[in-house]
Amino acid sequence: MTALVALSLLVPIVAGTALALANVAERRRAAAVVAVGAALASLVLLAVVLARTGRGRTVVWWGDWPPRGRVVGIDFAIDGLGAGLALYVMVLALPALLMAGYAIRASAQLFYGVCLVFVAAMVGYCLTGDLFDLFVFFELMSVAAYVLVGYEVRQRAPLEGALTFAITNGVGSILLLFGIALLYGKTGALNLAQIGRALHEVGPSGLVYVAFALVATGLLVKAAVVPFHFWTADAYGVAPTPVLILLAGVFSELGLYGFARVFWTVFEPALAAHHDAVRAIFVVLGVATGLLGAALALAQHHLRRMLAFVVVSQIGLFLVGIALLSADGLAGTAIFVVGDGFAKAALFICVGVVQHRYDAIEERTLHGRARALRPLAVVYLIAALTVADLPPFGTFLGKALVEDAALSAPGWAWVPAVMALISALAAGALLRAGLRVFGGVGEPAPRDERFAPREEDAARSDEADVAVGVPAAIAAVLVLAALVWGLVPGLAQAVTDAAARFIDPAGYAAAVLGGGVGASTPAVPAVRGPGVTAYLYAAATLAGAAAVAALGVAGRRLPAAAARAVDAVRALHSGHAGDYVAWTAGGAAALAGLFALTLR
Amino acid sequence: MTVLPYLVAGWLLVVGLWGVITSRQLVHQVVCLTVVQSSTYVLLLAVGYRTGGYAPIVSSSVPPSSPFVDPIVQALALTDVVVEATVVAVLLALTVQAHKRFGTADPDRLGELSG
Amino acid sequence: MRVRRRSAIALLALAALAAAVAWAATELTPFGTPSGPADAVVRTLVHERHAANTVNGVTYDLRGLDTLGEELILFVAALGSAVLLRHGRGERDAGERAEARPSGRTADALRAAGAALVGPLVVLGVYVVVHGHLSPGGGFQGGVILAAGLLLVYAAGQVAMLERVEPRALVEVAEASGALAFALVAIGGLVFAGAALANFLPFGTTGNLLSAGTIPVLSVAVGVEVTGAVALILTELLDQTLLAGSA
Repeated sequence: MTALVALSLLVPIVAGTALALANVAERRRAAAVVAVGAALASLVLLAVVLARTGRGRTVVWWGDWPPRGRVVGIDFAIDGLGAGLALYVMVLALPALLMAGYAIRASAQLFYGVCLVFVAAMVGYCLTGDLFDLFVFFELMSVAAYVLVGYEVRQRAPLEGALTFAITNGVGSILLLFGIALLYGKTGALNLAQIGRALHEVGPSGLVYVAFALVATGLLVKAAVVPFHFWTADAYGVAPTPVLILLAGVFSELGLYGFARVFWTVFEPALAAHHDAVRAIFVVLGVATGLLGAALALAQHHLRRMLAFVVVSQIGLFLVGIALLSADGLAGTAIFVVGDGFAKAALFICVGVVQHRYDAIEERTLHGRARALRPLAVVYLIAALTVADLPPFGTFLGKALVEDAALSAPGWAWVPAVMALISALAAGALLRAGLRVFGGVGEPAPRDERFAPREEDAARSDEADVAVGVPAAIAAVLVLAALVWGLVPGLAQAVTDAAARFIDPAGYAAAVLGGGVGASTPAVPAVRGPGVTAYLYAAATLAGAAAVAALGVAGRRLPAAAARAVDAVRALHSGHAGDYVAWTAGGAAALAGLFALTLR
Repeated sequence: MTVLPYLVAGWLLVVGLWGVITSRQLVHQVVCLTVVQSSTYVLLLAVGYRTGGYAPIVSSSVPPSSPFVDPIVQALALTDVVVEATVVAVLLALTVQAHKRFGTADPDRLGELSG
Repeated sequence: MRVRRRSAIALLALAALAAAVAWAATELTPFGTPSGPADAVVRTLVHERHAANTVNGVTYDLRGLDTLGEELILFVAALGSAVLLRHGRGERDAGERAEARPSGRTADALRAAGAALVGPLVVLGVYVVVHGHLSPGGGFQGGVILAAGLLLVYAAGQVAMLERVEPRALVEVAEASGALAFALVAIGGLVFAGAALANFLPFGTTGNLLSAGTIPVLSVAVGVEVTGAVALILTELLDQTLLAGSA
């Protein structure tokens, strides 16, 4: 088992560095084979690790340093959700690496190498049980992402997107590390379980509030939760398509995973009596993120930025599921994340193909031009409907679980309706753009003075000879995966089992450190399949999305007051890293203040 | 003052952030980011410091039974330094490219991405 | 106007952040009384790994996984900045670069001093890398010194000599092989000691050059990687300055 776990991390690293070493002579095809082979090998290893971990936990100590009274080494503490997420990373790595053959022109071999290190970092991040090690892998995937986002620096935009992305996220990771240093100063520990036990003794206190606020800020910047989300549109607006598959499919979600992991191992033992307040803060934050993302997606006519805001809106929904602090809410989110990730990867591939083929990214400029791309249009449409909760896709199954969790939490029964509204708006924006671009339906989108087509775009309006077949096939397979994911028998119960262990800090600490009370197995709620309410919410969401798309295509504008509000919010996304950092610092301070006021 | 070193770290954090937020020049902004980073070095080393402790390197004159300063935070600070130095390298590479192409390093004038 | 609003938001946010951090600081253990397991870690590393410099014992053994990640960060960042800086620089620039480096322009004094310093600097760098488990230093510190040696060759205007040995390919190979070697040693631990990154070589006698098992081996791997990575970043950035100078 030790070997399986270690190799699932080390194989992509060895392959990635070896590709860079062999870069003296560039061999694209061989590099692609090595990269895909390494990702496949790691995928198989992780699948075995997941299967063998089963309903328990696997703890592996690196460097053969098991705890001796107190922890000295670094552990990988693996449970079903951690291993499952790592496996999902590797699954998404495959389409990303395959797409790289089509989308990356310069230095492809190095691109494969950096990509492998990027996914290896995500795997390490999912499995680690050490707070500083979590930071190291967090930073490794961030640096790899800065490089990959700016990889195609032909145009002006990628540079700016990569700069604001790197500065904002850099500040986020410094805040995270500051929080880690505070925790080490207080507890003398870096192991998640050990810090948790030490903070249990400390109880709610100023240091716990501030450290929680700083750590949460660092992780939520990555997740793109309001008010830390500003970098998203800039980065997603410019990154190469293969990178976007990983960024949109899993990168932001990993921020939320880290948040959930750290909360449930480190801070929950100290804040066990304050679940209600924590739930209130983060559910509201999630709803705000979802609404803001959906509204801005609707206001966007730049396809990639629109998709980026759809990503933000979905992140809000994920945060709601996690913040309900229940096993079924968390399990629903996990299922939702995977189904949604497949769909969004497909959407970004579709948009990438259209952009390369017609050398434009504006809804207005592209109006009706992609009529010839029928298969791609079908894939896009289905993927967009998946965002609108179409049964029986994985998103529907996951969201049904989250809805059940919200309905059974006193005081949060209104949440599913808002979730339906968020999904309807986001999917409506996607559908509207799809109908215009692929179908030429209705009025062209209004001119957006923020993104007036530049002269060079207008000059080169010929169709570029871009292969459509393979990317469209990859996108179709991804959509199919989202469908199959929702049909896996027994999935909901299995993931709920895993989630129940995830939210059991005592059991986690006992598995890592040994001893302790409460090493018993946690109570696992029995979950039913999606019931009538779930289908009703799905129907409402689909109808809402269709209505939003129809109104949009028909050229209906928002009422003046609402339009002014949306404009004001859009103006905050100034593309200026300084503004984004100001919001981040303010958000961290606000979180600390909220914790201090409510968690006592 | 038993908290003064921690407050120094806090001061570096906020003063560096002020610089990052208000900077009018990308290179200056990146340098301000290194100031923010140095707050974590100070905090890490401060929480591991022991009054009267030896540097954690044993020799014939410093036997292993002596009191030591925490070696873990020093290793963490080393990791931190390397990590942040590399982020700065990537940022400077992007800045150089931005300036070379557009003739400006003023973030206010680069803002093509907005809304 | 925008600037003023930004400053106002920042002032509020940072004042609140400063207050929060100060509050947390008052609850830390007083300065000078650490809560970490300092003495236990030092004794463990000296007794069980025979590492005299326990900071590197932590870096390359106890928390070796962190160091693997750290080294990969450097690896990715160096490759990344090289790729970023090379973009938009085609064959046209190769000619400019050749013109832009008249080696005769450097002052004689600088050339002489530079040439005289390269040797000692390289010796110092190698010493610091290989003695990391015994005295202050190690792969990261020594690697930076070695890269500085290479930079000195540039500064002294011996560029023509450097061009002949193709430094860019060389530093790229160094940086990738250092990172690869670290990962392979980690797998070595798996093969020979049953746990990845386990210290599987004989520990020797504390204080000897050949002691502490894989710690000096990993230190050398990191030294090679850091030399390559830092040299790569510096040469690529220098190329930009030289190009700008010739424009």
